[in-house]
Amino acid sequence: MPSLLSLYINNKAGGLIFHRDFSSAAAKLDINEHLTLASTFNGLAMIMRQLSPVPGSSGMELLEADSFVLQSFDTVTGLKFFVTAEPESKHLDAVLKDVYMLYSDYVLKNPFYELDMPIHCERFIQKLMKLADDYNKRG
Amino acid sequence: LRPFGASVAFGKRALLATTCMGVALYTLHIFNRRGTCLFYKEWNRPSPSRGDLTQDHKLMFGFLFSLKQLVSKIAPKKGGFYACNTSAYKLNYFETMSGLRFVLCTELAAGDMREVLKYIYANIFVECLVKNPLWKAEDPITCPLFTQHLQNYLESIS
Repeated sequence: MPSLLSLYINNKAGGLIFHRDFSSAAAKLDINEHLTLASTFNGLAMIMRQLSPVPGSSGMELLEADSFVLQSFDTVTGLKFFVTAEPESKHLDAVLKDVYMLYSDYVLKNPFYELDMPIHCERFIQKLMKLADDYNKRG
Repeated sequence: LRPFGASVAFGKRALLATTCMGVALYTLHIFNRRGTCLFYKEWNRPSPSRGDLTQDHKLMFGFLFSLKQLVSKIAPKKGGFYACNTSAYKLNYFETMSGLRFVLCTELAAGDMREVLKYIYANIFVECLVKNPLWKAEDPITCPLFTQHLQNYLESIS
């Protein structure tokens, strides 16, 4: 069953506010590399919109590579959620929407959380790990 | 299946679509390892590049270069990317060992275009250019045989 590799959440400015690895197969990078990677992805997603030969394009939503697949989701408030997973993974857009729901419930409704700051909300992380486990089992 | 060269009048504008396997193609770029755009063909580009086409090519090359670096960092195993999508188009990518980059922008419904790009490289590019004693690796492609074979191939697989 193809599994999730990692999740990244960027704030409106393109800075990384959350990152989690779900599998030991995910690339092992230090925190600075994760930060630059996330911001670079934000920029590249925007450039892809500019390169579009067709009007009305969004930014990059899906990236397919030999050893992984990356799905991205932009919220109406300017946040970017993107997840990497093993190839042949299905329903990643549903996973991202579920993560967004968890974010609204356990991060935004947390009175101690400051908007656009790094996320350290325990309940969010717990629920997220459960979501990832369920996905990896179910596929 | 839409026949090659069919004009579809949409109000005042007529769009010419080239289809390959019933899939609409938008643009094709071929870059060498230095970033020179050796070949560019557009079939259907409803939103033409603002400003200069060369700026557009540079942006495309820069985008691919950075994306390749990002992919190599984030990937669990070796191997590059071969496609990326937005809500409006799909970018199909193929890079050879020598650093030649083939970029084909198609509609979203396109399936796996890897074999198409490999064929274009192995059977059209290599045959018409690499084996051509008059072709120099850094120059833009002007060989009519190449353009003709490319067009024939894309038509023929519909």
